Amino acid sequence: MITPENEAGMRSVVVEREIAFPPEKLWRALTQPHLIEEWLMKTDFQPVPGQRFQLRRNPTPEVSIVVDCEVLEVEPNKTLSYTWNAFDLESVVTFTLTPTPTGTLLRIEQSGFGPHQKAALKGANASWPHFLSALEELLKRSAD
Amino acid sequence: MSAAPDLIFRSLADPTRRAIFERLCREGERTVAALTAQAGVSQPVVSKHLGILKQAGLVRDRHEGRNTHYSAQPGALAPLVDWTGQMAGFWESRVDDLEDLLRRMDQ
Repeated sequence: MITPENEAGMRSVVVEREIAFPPEKLWRALTQPHLIEEWLMKTDFQPVPGQRFQLRRNPTPEVSIVVDCEVLEVEPNKTLSYTWNAFDLESVVTFTLTPTPTGTLLRIEQSGFGPHQKAALKGANASWPHFLSALEELLKRSAD
Repeated sequence: MSAAPDLIFRSLADPTRRAIFERLCREGERTVAALTAQAGVSQPVVSKHLGILKQAGLVRDRHEGRNTHYSAQPGALAPLVDWTGQMAGFWESRVDDLEDLLRRMDQ
């Protein structure tokens, strides 16, 4: 689900899934680096508010994706949120866990400024060339 | 893909054009002569590239005396970077992997 832009130019993505496991187990997968690596990306995450960390992935040897993050909120087995800054996207990701009779309802919401709002704020800023390099890699891969 | 993103992709597929566009993004407004000095190709070739970038809405020109000044319009890339669609697909596939992991994990 993609929500429409609100008045501040914020947009968000919401993904919800009923998971057949209890919140405690899901929480471990969301907060332990060796487990995070198995489903999301390599990371030096620690569940401490204010902690900065990175998520890294190399989908191919030439392409390196790095997401800069900072932990915002940690409420064990219930809520985890951190900033998610990559390329020109400044956003916040929030994981919300709600127990259900059969497991957990996992809700992932990512909200942030759209690229045009940021471009309008900062003008032709230096991050566009980085974005273009990524775009170039994308074009190379889609040409295969 | 709608016509506009297609035009933008084609404009940026050429490395010389992309270099010109990136330079305008970094350095702001430049004349054709200034761009030619660093492009490694002749002025008519630079002008042709600028014309294609302009058609895609990626640059804007401004005439002043005998000179034409070009500036980048990075907002024109917005249709390509609607991150919400990409991220929705990203999270859906990550949650698939998360469920696989949970099935493998000890209790």
